Amino acid sequence: MSSVPLSWYLIVAALLFSIGAYGALARRNAIGILMGIELMLNAVNINLVAFWRYIEVTGLAGQLFAVIVITVAAAEAAVALALILAIYRTRDTVNVEEIDLLKW
Amino acid sequence: METLLSLTPLVPLFPLLAFLAIVLVLNPNKRLSAAVAIGAVGLSWLLGWAIFFSSIGAGLGEQPFVVELPWMPTGRRLFVMSVMLDPLGAIMLFMVPFVALLIFIYSVGYHNLGQPNVEPRFSRFFAYISLFAAGMLALVVSGNMLLFFIAWEIMGLCSYLLIGFWFYKPSAANAAKKAFLTTRVGDVLLFVGLVLLYSFTGSLNLYEVLSPENIEFMKESSISVAGLFTLPALPTIALLIFGGAVGKSAQFPLHVWLPDAMEGPTPVSAMIHAATMVAAGVFLVARMLPLFEPIEGSWWLGVVALIGAFTAVFAASIAVAQNDIKRVLAYSTISQLGYMIAALGIGGFIAGVFHMLTHAFFKALLFLGSGSVIHGMEHGVHHVEEHGHGEGHGHVDPQDMWNMGNLRRHMPTTFWTYVVGAFALAGVPLVTAGFWSKDEILAEAFEKWTHKGVVSIPFVVWLLLTVGAALTAFYMGRQLGLVFGGRERTEAARHAHESPRSMTVPLMILALFAIGFGWVNIPKNVPLVGNGWLYTFLAETHINVLHEPYEKVPFVFSVAAFSSILALGGLALGWWLYRDVTGDATVSPFERDPVARAFARIPLVGRPLWLLLENKYYVDEIYGVLVVRPVLALSAFLNSFDDRWIIDPLVDGVGKAARGLSAVGRWIDTYIVDGIVNYIGYILDELARGLRLIQTGRLPNYLAILVAGVLALVGLMLR
Repeated sequence: MSSVPLSWYLIVAALLFSIGAYGALARRNAIGILMGIELMLNAVNINLVAFWRYIEVTGLAGQLFAVIVITVAAAEAAVALALILAIYRTRDTVNVEEIDLLKW
Repeated sequence: METLLSLTPLVPLFPLLAFLAIVLVLNPNKRLSAAVAIGAVGLSWLLGWAIFFSSIGAGLGEQPFVVELPWMPTGRRLFVMSVMLDPLGAIMLFMVPFVALLIFIYSVGYHNLGQPNVEPRFSRFFAYISLFAAGMLALVVSGNMLLFFIAWEIMGLCSYLLIGFWFYKPSAANAAKKAFLTTRVGDVLLFVGLVLLYSFTGSLNLYEVLSPENIEFMKESSISVAGLFTLPALPTIALLIFGGAVGKSAQFPLHVWLPDAMEGPTPVSAMIHAATMVAAGVFLVARMLPLFEPIEGSWWLGVVALIGAFTAVFAASIAVAQNDIKRVLAYSTISQLGYMIAALGIGGFIAGVFHMLTHAFFKALLFLGSGSVIHGMEHGVHHVEEHGHGEGHGHVDPQDMWNMGNLRRHMPTTFWTYVVGAFALAGVPLVTAGFWSKDEILAEAFEKWTHKGVVSIPFVVWLLLTVGAALTAFYMGRQLGLVFGGRERTEAARHAHESPRSMTVPLMILALFAIGFGWVNIPKNVPLVGNGWLYTFLAETHINVLHEPYEKVPFVFSVAAFSSILALGGLALGWWLYRDVTGDATVSPFERDPVARAFARIPLVGRPLWLLLENKYYVDEIYGVLVVRPVLALSAFLNSFDDRWIIDPLVDGVGKAARGLSAVGRWIDTYIVDGIVNYIGYILDELARGLRLIQTGRLPNYLAILVAGVLALVGLMLR
C-alpha cells in the first residue's frame, strides 16, 4: 500500500488535468470541450482523494469534497448537454467556432 | 355683598363675548346677532346695577375692591391685569351699561330690522358696538394703567370702525380717519404720560402710582429731554395725561373729530357722545385725580380749567350758527365736555363727574331723538320722491333743520322727549338734571373766585361758563323752534312720521333719567329736597385718594337764579325767534336766519363774523393748511423720491444686476458644468467603443484567456 507514493497520484492527476485542459482548449466540438472539462474535474478528484489518504485520514473533508465535485460535475454535464442540444437544434452545428452569438 | 362685587370683571366680558360670537358664528343671522348683543349688554346692565346698589355703603371708598391677575412675566417684572371698583367706577357702572342697553335697543329700530330696507351689515354693526361697550366697561373697572390703556385703544378702534360704518360714503370714510388720527394725537401724549408715570413709580397699579409718596417724589423730580433741557416731572406728566383727555373728550384744539363723527349711524353718535368715548376723557382726569389736585403752585390745573372753559364757549358759539341737527348737538357735546373739564380744573371733582353722568343721559336722549327725527324725515323724503309731488326741490337733506318744521305734530313722542332733553341741556331750573349738575360747576367756580378775587382763573372760568350757559340755552331754543315749531317748510317734513316703538321707548326711559338723575345730588342746603347723595358717595373716593376731605361748595342761590334766568331766557328767545321763520335749506342764511340778519346789520364785521361762526372758526381749514396739506405734500415728495430717484432705481438696479449675474451663471452652466459632464460621458463612450472589441463571443477565446489567467495566478503563487 505504502509502496505507491503520493507523488505518483499527483503526477497522474496532473497529466489527466493537462489532457483535459488541452482537450477543452483545442477541440472545436462543444461535446469535446465538455469532456475535457470533465477530465479536469476528475483530475481534481484524484488529487482530493489522494491528499485525504496521505495527509488527513481521520477527517472526512477530502472524501466529501470529491463527492460534491462529482455531483456538481453531473449537474454541469446535464445542463451543458441540454444547452448544446438546444444550440444544435437551432443552428445545426456544435462547432464552437461558429457559435459566436455573445459577440458584441 | 362681597360675592356680587367679585363679579365685577364679568361686566365688560359679556359684550366682548357677544362681539366674538357675532363675528365668528352668528353674523349671517341678523335677528340672532341683535338678540345676543342686546342680551349681553343687558346682562352687563343687570350686573352693573346690582354691583352699584350693593356698593352703596360698602366702604369701597376706603377699601376699593381689587382683583389681580398675573398677565405677562417679563424678566424681573410681572405685568398684572387688575380690576378695581371704587365709588367712581361704581357710579359709572350705573350709567354706562344702562345707556348702552337703551342705545342697542334703539339701534334695532333705527336699522329697520324686519323691513325691506334693513341695513345690510346689521350684524356687523352690533358686533362693533358690543366691542365698543366692552371697551368702555373695561375702562371703567380697570385697576391699572395697562388694562386702562388697552380699553382706551379698543374704544379708539371702535370709534373708527363705527364712524366709518358707511365707508362707501367718502365723507364717512374721511370722518373715520379724522377721528382716529385726531384722537391718536391725544393717545400718544397719554401713552408717553403713562410710560413716564411707570418709569417714576415702577408700578402700573392706579392707586399705587398716585399715592401721596409717589406724587411727592414726582414733584421733586425732573425729566431730562434728550439731555438738552429738563422739565419738572409732575406738571409734564399731568399735562401729557390731560392731552389724552383732550383728544378723547374733544377739547380745543383736538375737538375737530367729534362733529364729523356724526357721519356714522346715529346710535353710534349717541354712544360716542354720551356713554362711552367722550366720557372716557373726563373719566381719565377724574381717575388721575391726584395729578390734578389743587395744591400750591399747581399751575397746570389752570391750563386744564382754561382749556375746558374756552372750549365750552367756543363750541357753544359755533353751535348757534349750525344748520345740521346733529352738528348742533355735536358742538353742544364739546361745549358740555368743556364744562366738565373746567370743573375738574378748578378742583370740582364731584361737580365734573356729576355733570358727566347727567350729560350722558340727556345727550343720549337728544342724539337718539335727533336720530328719530332724521329717521322720520327720511321716510318723508322717500315718500316725496316716490310720489313725485313737492315739485323739483332736488334731494332734500333729512338732517338740515331748515328742511323741517312743525314736527311736533308728526312726531309727538319724539317731540316731548326731545323737549325734556333740550331743557336738561339748557338747565331749566329745579326740575331737570342738567340744572343741578351745571349749577354745581358754576357754584364751584363762583365760590372759588369770591375767595380769590376777580383777577383769577376761577373768575374767568365762571364768566366763560355763564356765557356758555346762555348760548347753550339759546341754541337749544333755536333748534326746538326750527325742528318742531312753526309750519312745515318742505314737503318731506309734511310726510314725516313717528318712529317705531323700539326707538321711542328708549327715548322715554332716557327722558325720565334726564329729569330724575339730577335729584341724586341736590345740594344739602336746598330746603326739602336737598340730599347731596352723590357727594356723600363719591367723597369717600376723594378722601381715600387725596387723604383730605372734599370741600363741598354749598348751593348759592344767586348763582342758580342767575343761570336759571339765562337758561329760561335763552330757550324762550331761541324758540320765539326761530319758531316762525320761513325759507328752507336752499335760502341764504342772511335771508332766513334772524340772528344772521342781525349780524349782517353790523357794518363791515357782521357778515364775516357770522360766516366765521357758521364755518366753525375755520379750524378745519386752518388744520388743512397747517397739518394736512404739509403731510400730503411730504407724502407726495417722498413718493416721487421713491418713484424716481432712490428706491425704484435701486430696485431696478438690483434687478438688472441680478439679470447680468444670471447671464454669467448661465454661461458657466452651459460651458463649464455641462461641458465637464458631457466630456466625461464622451470619454467613457470612446473607451467603451474600443474595449468592447475584446468581447469576441467565441468560447475558445474565453477559455484560452481563462486558462492563461489561472496559469498566471498559479505562477504568481508558486513564485
